[in-house]
Amino acid sequence: MDAILQQFFNLDIMRQAAPLVLRGLGMTLLVCAAVIPLGLTGGLLVALGSRLHSKVLRTLLAGFIDVLRALPPLVLLIAISAGLPFAGIRLSPFACVCLALFLNSSAYYGEVYRAGLDSVSHGQWEAARSTGLGALQTLAYVMVPQAVRNVLPDLVSNTVEVVKLTSLASVVALPEMLYSADMARSVTFNSSPIVLAALIYLALLWPVVRLMSRLEHRLGT
Amino acid sequence: MTGGQLFLETFFNPVVMARYLPDILKGMVVTIQIAACVIVTGIAAGLGLAVLRSLRLKAVNFVIIVCVDMARALPPLVIVLLVYFGLPNIGLTLPSFVVLWLVLSLVLAAFAEEVFWAGILSVRKGQWEAGRCTGLSDFQTLRWIVLPQAIRLTVPPLTNRTIAITKNTALGTVIGVPEILNQATTAQSFSGSATPLMMGALAYLVLFVPVVMVGRYIETRFAWRRA
Repeated sequence: MDAILQQFFNLDIMRQAAPLVLRGLGMTLLVCAAVIPLGLTGGLLVALGSRLHSKVLRTLLAGFIDVLRALPPLVLLIAISAGLPFAGIRLSPFACVCLALFLNSSAYYGEVYRAGLDSVSHGQWEAARSTGLGALQTLAYVMVPQAVRNVLPDLVSNTVEVVKLTSLASVVALPEMLYSADMARSVTFNSSPIVLAALIYLALLWPVVRLMSRLEHRLGT
Repeated sequence: MTGGQLFLETFFNPVVMARYLPDILKGMVVTIQIAACVIVTGIAAGLGLAVLRSLRLKAVNFVIIVCVDMARALPPLVIVLLVYFGLPNIGLTLPSFVVLWLVLSLVLAAFAEEVFWAGILSVRKGQWEAGRCTGLSDFQTLRWIVLPQAIRLTVPPLTNRTIAITKNTALGTVIGVPEILNQATTAQSFSGSATPLMMGALAYLVLFVPVVMVGRYIETRFAWRRA
């Protein structure tokens, strides 16, 4: 029991590692602040694109989404950060992470928005158009707001996944929270810094997860 | 050499491909093995937990809810690193394959429990009462009346979760499980070519594009229709 406390909940080591881990938290939040809006926008464009009239474009987009959904995000991240330099493109770790998570989350957000748009009946579109709204106005003021409201729980749970995905950035040496905690671990030979990072992730995400499962319990009713 | 040739030379070099194909294939086998283990234990544990929760024992349910919430809120990589680097220091050394299998099973079990529980809750109370009235025991009612109806509802969300968590087998590369990504990055650093990375990505596409398509089919096939 003592060994477990020493190894995982050593307060002295946590205190020493705290400044480093908190700086990492700043980077994690920065990545989130970049990736979540990018993904939300990209996903909306993907969803709108999959309603285009051109069959060729729709098929291309569907193929693109399937590829992005089939690739594990870590594979995408490593392909970008280790592969692009071979093509002469050198991006900073931050840019690599943003690009990889943007591509990944656009595909997932896209699916969510698509379900949302499908849930708004076609009559809404026709009614808005016949009151004289343009196609873009109809999307912006009539279709998208209703679609978003219908799939809000899914959008939120997807956002939780995106926040969790930022931890992958530690693999390409972006000093976000997990990377900092893991550095502290390798210096101190003690897992308490990672426990500290885990506690911070819990503090950020637990309330949202709790809320989500309350909403999900209304499955199919 | 034209740009196109240079591109092919770097990203799809046939010599490098032939040299590292066996490694990538070995990685695919490992990925499939872990994925299969994770799916079986994760879903079984999730179903078990949901059934346990339906007994409505206060203390047990509290523990289940806390554990499930934690597994859902923590990034899987955090749990992998905690288990892999933390346990040896308290005298418990597990092979990296086992660590990855246990952690991903835990995460899948947590998500599956939530989904199954939501499914059980969505079966109307009258079904329980009717089952009990015909002389079935509590457990029989659950087994023969409630679960068959609940599980049907859970198929689409569970499929998507399972696919997402199965893809996390790629996290194994961080702790040295010789799965596809690990083989690909090793081969990339030995060969100094980007080709193995592309082969790794293609290997994932070969494995997962069919799964994603089946998932999409299941989603529409089992979609809950509101009356």
